[in-house]
Amino acid sequence: MTVADLAFYFFAIVAVVAALLVVVARNPVHSVLWLILTFLSAAGMFVLMGAEFVAMLLVIVYVGAVAVLFLFVVMMLDVDFAELRAGMAKYVPIAGLIGVVILMQLTMVFGSWHMADGAEAARAAVTPDAAEVHNTKALGQLIYDQYIYLFQAAGLILLVAMIGAIVLTLRHRTYVKRQDVLAQMYRDPASALELKDIKPGQGL
Amino acid sequence: MVGLEHYLAVAAALFVIGIFGIFLNRKNVIVILMSIELMLLAVNINFVAFSAHMGDLVGQVFTMFVLTVAAAEAAIGLAILVCFFRTRGTIAVEDINVMKG
Repeated sequence: MTVADLAFYFFAIVAVVAALLVVVARNPVHSVLWLILTFLSAAGMFVLMGAEFVAMLLVIVYVGAVAVLFLFVVMMLDVDFAELRAGMAKYVPIAGLIGVVILMQLTMVFGSWHMADGAEAARAAVTPDAAEVHNTKALGQLIYDQYIYLFQAAGLILLVAMIGAIVLTLRHRTYVKRQDVLAQMYRDPASALELKDIKPGQGL
Repeated sequence: MVGLEHYLAVAAALFVIGIFGIFLNRKNVIVILMSIELMLLAVNINFVAFSAHMGDLVGQVFTMFVLTVAAAEAAIGLAILVCFFRTRGTIAVEDINVMKG
């Protein structure tokens, strides 16, 4: 057993155990932290498979952005999570049954699948030798050349998601006094100041 | 030697755990969203495993697109959740029946 094999088994066991703890953890904050551990071990497996760029992307996007987003939401919402978990024991049998059925289906696929004859020839972009072109460069050459439109569409999806998230969560509170920059800019002495000529001995 | 099947087994386990989590936490939307993230991670592991096994880089390109969609989905889902919590004061899935759907 080589070091790479040992590392694979380590990452695989950590990923599966952490994933299980994500769904059964008592506290959603702990769930998010186990989710981070799952993603980190998945990133480790990606490195073992020679997909360094996707691994780093997983760490940056998931651990850096998505998990923190989850943490923010879990901590910001004032929800009684214990109450939400109340009926959980009731769902264990049906959830376990469905899990076992799907696992059995997947094992049946495992037992009988084989690679198609023309699969090797049908490759769309053969991975270049890692000694010549490293993974990140090869992926970049592919994304910015062959898959540029899909890449732009991915950016558009992120833009739409960003705008959607902002529009959904933005609320205009009417009872808060805000700075009106235009009104400030168009103010001039003539409209802001009024001179009164008051005679001695008289009030206004 | 660790081969393709090992990675596929891990991915299958993660996918099933994701489905298990959805059924287990039927009230808690946050954990349901996390389970969906787990299932998308399983799909990503499948993509990268086949990409590495076949020597075809397109699998890794598609992993990036799956990642993009997963990030967008998490952002929108959590935004809807915050929005819903503001109006109803709860995140229990069973209470989400305003539209009678």
